[in-house]
Amino acid sequence: MIGIEHYLTVAAALFVIGIFGLFLNRKNVIILLMSIELMLLAVNINLVAFSSFSGDLVGQVFTLLVLTVAAAEAAIGLAILVCFFRNRGTIAVEDVNVMKG
Amino acid sequence: MEQIILFAPLIGAIIAGFGWRIIGDAGAQWVTTGLLFLAAALSWVVFLGHDGVTTKVHILDWIQSELLDTAWSIRLDRLTAIMLVVITSVSALVHLYSMGYMAHDENFSENESYRPRFFAYLSFFTFTMLMLVTADNLLQLFFGWEGVGLASYLLIGFYFRKPSANAAAIKAFVVNRVGDAGFLLGIFAIFYLTESIMFDDIFEAAPMLADMTLTFLWADWNAANLIAFLLFVGAMGKSAQLFLHTWLPDAMEGPTPVSALIHAATMVTAGVFLICRMSPVMEFAPETMAFVTFLGATTAFVAATIGLVQNDIKRVIAYSTMSQLGYMFVAAGVGVYSVAMFHLFTHAFFKAMLFLGAGSVIHGMHHEQDMRNYGGLRKKMPYTFWAMLIGTLAITGVGVPSVFFTFGGVPLGFAGFLSKDAVIESAYAAATGGYAFWMLVIAALFTSFYSWRLMFLTFFGKPRGDKHTHEHAHESPAVMLVPLGALAVGSVLAGMVWFNSFFGHTDTVAKFFGVPYAEASEHGEDHSSDAAEDHSAEGTDHGTKEGKEKKPHYVFTGEPGEGAIYTGPENTVLNDAHYVPKWVKLSPFVDMILGLLVAMWFYIWNPSLPRRVAETNKPLYLFLLNKWYFDEIYDVIFVRPAMFLGRFLWKRGDGNVIDGGINGLALGIVPFFVRVAGRAQSGYIFTYAFAMVIGIVVLVTWITFTGGAN
Repeated sequence: MIGIEHYLTVAAALFVIGIFGLFLNRKNVIILLMSIELMLLAVNINLVAFSSFSGDLVGQVFTLLVLTVAAAEAAIGLAILVCFFRNRGTIAVEDVNVMKG
Repeated sequence: MEQIILFAPLIGAIIAGFGWRIIGDAGAQWVTTGLLFLAAALSWVVFLGHDGVTTKVHILDWIQSELLDTAWSIRLDRLTAIMLVVITSVSALVHLYSMGYMAHDENFSENESYRPRFFAYLSFFTFTMLMLVTADNLLQLFFGWEGVGLASYLLIGFYFRKPSANAAAIKAFVVNRVGDAGFLLGIFAIFYLTESIMFDDIFEAAPMLADMTLTFLWADWNAANLIAFLLFVGAMGKSAQLFLHTWLPDAMEGPTPVSALIHAATMVTAGVFLICRMSPVMEFAPETMAFVTFLGATTAFVAATIGLVQNDIKRVIAYSTMSQLGYMFVAAGVGVYSVAMFHLFTHAFFKAMLFLGAGSVIHGMHHEQDMRNYGGLRKKMPYTFWAMLIGTLAITGVGVPSVFFTFGGVPLGFAGFLSKDAVIESAYAAATGGYAFWMLVIAALFTSFYSWRLMFLTFFGKPRGDKHTHEHAHESPAVMLVPLGALAVGSVLAGMVWFNSFFGHTDTVAKFFGVPYAEASEHGEDHSSDAAEDHSAEGTDHGTKEGKEKKPHYVFTGEPGEGAIYTGPENTVLNDAHYVPKWVKLSPFVDMILGLLVAMWFYIWNPSLPRRVAETNKPLYLFLLNKWYFDEIYDVIFVRPAMFLGRFLWKRGDGNVIDGGINGLALGIVPFFVRVAGRAQSGYIFTYAFAMVIGIVVLVTWITFTGGAN
């Protein structure tokens, strides 16, 4: 029997993979965007799992909202990326340190 | 009428000070002088018409807060009336004199307008001085007290381009602040104990004060003594008594009319006035009064010794002023306030005249002040010479001793003769000889010597110094000679006319000051009734002992606050002073003759003698010439430590601690943390993301372990 703990474990695993993808990755900004998507999906799994478990539809509604936002975020993120590449000629994460104090 | 006297000088000061662009130089001078003469005329009307009854004129309310009531009003009693006459008369004459004296001044350029400023200051001074003497409460008196201090500061530093004048002005101000601190503490103590600063309430509470104690600094003191002492500290500062006197000789940096008005005739007598005004409190403070007597006598002596060897004509007169103020304090200290006021009254005339005479000489000699460069000016300045001669006769005390001849109880003599003898006799009567008496007698001898020395050096002998200056020496204009003449009349007559009022028998003095008196019958001796006939004639055959045995036939019976002065029932000095032995009455006269002869011997018969005497007694001469090294001692004790402390706080405290602290914070500590924090700002997104995650992990862990909101 697959219980809620299994869903939560998978979601946690995806979330941690997303996080590690975020700060272990030194090469490509696109991977950053993908990691963020992964984390958002992990959250979605959590929401759906809890929604189903507690019989409350609000969680699933919220999931749809998150998916929408994620799509928008990915679109904007890619657009920024294109701009950035045109200006700097690279999208390597290591080269992006203009904010260095 | 009193309001006109009080405010006429203020109006004059405002018009001259602010309106001189409209009315011009001459207009400003005439307006201030005219208003002063008006005030002087009205003052004489008030003085002569005064019946000794205390009256009050309310002017305006000021601060009223619970117990504190500082309504401004004029308290008109005999003391005020005397001071009104002295202040306005001398001030009016000095205004007139200044028109001549200040007409040209090499300290200012031709087209500079300095005269309206000078006259405005003079009038302003007169106003504040009048405010002081007409005060009905201590705060109002303090207002005048500080006002004259301010005016004095402005006028000493009138030649503001001279560094020495500025230094003297600051010195006068600072030294006076020391005295004022004591005065203020005295006012605080009075308010604390009597819950009022109105004179009437204070006087009423005075007997009570004698039984109270007050904790001050490290010990408990008798309240009356403490208050009297603190007030006297204020008086010491203003009246240049020993230890707080160093500013007065330096104040001679101001123009000479200022010296005459402020630093001889009026302001410096404010201390004496204060002691007389507070006589009800003073009478209950015997220890303080002994101190007043002691310090007054010492001042009279010390100042006279310094005056012996000074060469600056104004400084000689300045030390003479200080010495005479000592006389007044002795009189007040032994409890004969009327005699203190008597000497104040006469002194104002002859000292103002001596100063104005000296100013006339300085004016004629093109601002040469060193007497060693004078000589033989008698022919060049005949009127000034006669005026100065009368002033000198008055201050040295020329007259016929009462032992030989009296005119209806009044000895014949110049003003200073009568009042100084009164002081000396009172000093003797108070202690049957004693320290104060001997100091005063010696000081009188010195007074005679240095006054005649001044005369002989200035007007007799051969012209010394710059030949050119002597050729151009000239008599002063009439506008300067008229005040001299008027003051000469005062110097001659003031003593004789008012002798009985100030230093007559107890009943006449009591009548003059509006104090109740009664025949002393409780001793039950019929001795008193036949003694009432004529004492001055009879007094000659009383020895010391007999004089002491005699009971006063009249005594003051007023309660504190009744009349202008209060004299305790045990205080019979005024009466006793009339029965001092013959030799005491003669001693000032002998002093005068002796001083005159020695001065003649030194400066006329044998002019080379002073130099030889000075050389054989070099240490003593230098000691006196350097004013007992008071300035040097104060320099070491006060000025240098203060400078050191100031420099320390400036360099170390302000420079190193405060500036250094701020600089260290801004340039050392803050940049250090900036560098530490800057290292965390790598600019790489993954660093920030890692920090965020770690932060969240820590937060979640912490919440989990502490149980969150529960």
